[in-house]
Amino acid sequence: MKPNDVILKSVTQVAAVIILTFSIYLFMNGHHHPGGGFIGGLSMASAIVLLYLSFGIEKVRENIRVDFKKLAAIGVLIAIGTGMAGVVFGQPFLTQAFGYRDLPIFGTTELASALIFDTGVALAVIGTAVNIILSISEDR
Amino acid sequence: MIFETVLITALCILMLAILANLYRVVKGPSSADRVIALDSVGINLIASIAVFSVLLHTHAFFDLILLIGILSFIGTIAFARFIERGVVIERKR
Repeated sequence: MKPNDVILKSVTQVAAVIILTFSIYLFMNGHHHPGGGFIGGLSMASAIVLLYLSFGIEKVRENIRVDFKKLAAIGVLIAIGTGMAGVVFGQPFLTQAFGYRDLPIFGTTELASALIFDTGVALAVIGTAVNIILSISEDR
Repeated sequence: MIFETVLITALCILMLAILANLYRVVKGPSSADRVIALDSVGINLIASIAVFSVLLHTHAFFDLILLIGILSFIGTIAFARFIERGVVIERKR
């Protein structure tokens, strides 16, 4: 007999959206406030783990078609790539640059290349955390 | 001065509440009692972080309040599934 947990599934449908929004908020304001790539990646991984908890492995795997091992590798490649960009322009390794641009909606915004490095860190953290939990839960 | 005294008194009361919850964690006869006591410890931690950030005149801990709420929710769900079915993450055979 298949158990029917309606309350858990409908709470998850609302809460996963809120947790994903909160993780993107933590990721974006890591430059001036508490937050950053690591904790943003961890809270997004916790949202994915909540989806796995309430819907099971197969249903999430056929809806989020992401290989988390490749996601961790892509994150490390992005982080190394922003370090190598400093070397290309004749600066030391991992030199960060920033500038002020006029964006259409946000107005004058400070754009820093540390954001791309943080994207790499966040992708590596998401891939590693979800991959650890998935490989523990499959008992092979 | 009187304001800080009120805040520190509130922190002491919250600490007593956490100690009472920890008594239930240690003594609780079934494991469901322990899980509910741990969830309540998380909620009391959220309250004491809020009082503490008022005491320190900072709003750097507000993200932490939301994060502890999320983690306590996910942890309680994982423990509840483990108690009820024996597996945390389900999969087809």
